[in-house]
Amino acid sequence: MTESSVISAPVFGQRDPDERGYFGAYGGRYVPETLVAPVEALEAAYREARSDPAFGRDLQHLLTSYVGRPTPLAAAGRLSAAVGGAQILLKREDLAHTGAHKINNALGQALLAVRMGKRRIVAETGAGQHGVATATACALLGLDCDVYMGADDMARQALNVVRMQLLGASVRRVEGGSRTLKDAINEAMRDWVTNVTDTYYLLGSVLGPHPYPLMVREFQSVIGREARAQCIEATGGVPDVVVACVGGGSNALGIFDGFLDDAAVRLVGVEAGGEAIAPGRHAARFAGGTMGVLQGTRSYVLQDAHGNIERTHSVSAGLDYAAVGPEHAWMRDLGRAEYTWVSDGQALHAFQELCRREGIMPALESAHAVAHAMTLAGTLGASARILVNLSGRGDKDVDSVAARLDHSSTADGGA
Amino acid sequence: MSKLDETFSRIRSVERTGLVTYVTAGDPDLGRTGSILRTLDGAGADVLEVGVPFSDPLADGPVIQRASERARAGGTTLGATLKMVGDTRGALRAPVVIFSYANPILAMGSQTFAARARDAGVDGVLALDLPIEEAGDFRATMLDAGLDTIFLLSPTTSDARIKRAAELGRGFLYGISRLGVTGARTQLADGAEPMAARIRAQTQMPLALGFGVSTAEHVTAIGRWADAAVVGSAIVSVIEKSAGDATLESALAAYVQELTSGHEAP
Repeated sequence: MTESSVISAPVFGQRDPDERGYFGAYGGRYVPETLVAPVEALEAAYREARSDPAFGRDLQHLLTSYVGRPTPLAAAGRLSAAVGGAQILLKREDLAHTGAHKINNALGQALLAVRMGKRRIVAETGAGQHGVATATACALLGLDCDVYMGADDMARQALNVVRMQLLGASVRRVEGGSRTLKDAINEAMRDWVTNVTDTYYLLGSVLGPHPYPLMVREFQSVIGREARAQCIEATGGVPDVVVACVGGGSNALGIFDGFLDDAAVRLVGVEAGGEAIAPGRHAARFAGGTMGVLQGTRSYVLQDAHGNIERTHSVSAGLDYAAVGPEHAWMRDLGRAEYTWVSDGQALHAFQELCRREGIMPALESAHAVAHAMTLAGTLGASARILVNLSGRGDKDVDSVAARLDHSSTADGGA
Repeated sequence: MSKLDETFSRIRSVERTGLVTYVTAGDPDLGRTGSILRTLDGAGADVLEVGVPFSDPLADGPVIQRASERARAGGTTLGATLKMVGDTRGALRAPVVIFSYANPILAMGSQTFAARARDAGVDGVLALDLPIEEAGDFRATMLDAGLDTIFLLSPTTSDARIKRAAELGRGFLYGISRLGVTGARTQLADGAEPMAARIRAQTQMPLALGFGVSTAEHVTAIGRWADAAVVGSAIVSVIEKSAGDATLESALAAYVQELTSGHEAP
């Protein structure tokens, strides 16, 4: 067994959308006129970069020497034993530099920005992990960085606000709308449209106008490429099921990408079920959404009958968003991936279980995937293997988890 | 010939600068929007743009964002906006253009929207996040219903796209004179004149220039390069300041008269 079969580089050019940026009926480029030329220029620059071996080499070098890739893949033995049934394997993106998969995309796009001659980066962030990853890439490459973040998210992910500031980024508070990720994207796009000549918009998920959904998925495809090789090395074969949480859906598409051609491997995306599948109380687009256009792309969106975007709720800031990446909608139509949701409570339970049984504190986003894997494991035999993308670590969530546990223990005590 | 075509050919025939006004429907409430449209029309606006409030107005600056929030708080939807236009249209001389983000229209369904807009007496539609590449079916549906589809042009638009927008667009072209979101400015963008010249080199279609226009001097300057000026955020600001007052309509009438005071071509 050698390390050489694990290649820490993205997969480019294997599964492009059509020339207008559509995955089936989803995707496209629904942007105000001023942004049409910039997204066309971005697409041209990206296509040129990904066909240049030097770009791939530079990125691969950073992914190994700076991010610490490949990230490990290992069995969660005590968790699997406690749950019973299938064996749960974890792809440890939480061990990537900065603590989440977001760095894979941030570095790729930051290198592209440098190549395009842009010296200023704007980004949005929800949980703060993409903001931290972008601030990190900008510090490394000497770029100016402004990160937009909803005021509510700044409160619940305060640790990441400080991290971004320490890394030299300006964190811009967004007070409009629902004061979460969606509103941060609106403000980042307003900034971009105003400063488009010298500014690069570093979008953090498989969302937005073409080519972002393609580009972000390709930069994240390193996860699936590594995971498939590692799984075969460790267990002698591919897993039966791959499970990942889906906000915009970049960590999910990144790991799914490695297994798309393995027709027998079930791919399962887990959305945020929040408090209940009712308007304003969840972020499960495939459970309560309909086709719509939001922030540059056509996909499943949580909206009211009049086409206004619904408020969303999740205990996890990174999943608390009204639209899902267009390629997920397409994979669902094709039947290649299936989608489910878990509640806030299930995610919090999985968060604690992984802490106690494995000594791993997951991000609340990733805890949604763990929660579903725990449910699924019991329905499968002991010979089955479930691979979970543990997309990020949970230090950022300690305060909000502690507050909820205090609350629930008080409630329990009173009952 | 559509009502927008007639309007712009009349503006050209008397060699004056047209005025396109924008207000957000339902700000401060829908009944008042009807009254505001009658006021703008009576005071000399040539085209009335009626904005549909939306939850995520990512191309708009703070003034129109706030108007959109006020209108949504009062329950204004695309359907209610069309009904208000239908109720008001008979009293208006100027053509009416619905200005909306794509999603409310798609949620209603383009066909349903086109039929209801036509029945309400709407003349044109501008969907600001449907660039020409995404607007194919939409434009065909509007055309079938006799509605003009208006496209935006910006300083970043290539000459080839200007040409394409002129081929596909109806009524007029709406030139965004600066990079950025909507909002009044003290000065017109330096790029406005060269951009208008670039558009003129591709097409003789009527051209209205907007984004950042707020004074009679701006309107006069634009008249040298284009057929009409668009004033939006500055009017919405007047509404925001005087929404609770009975004097709102007279303040708006005075402002429109001031904007059009330099109407005659220099």
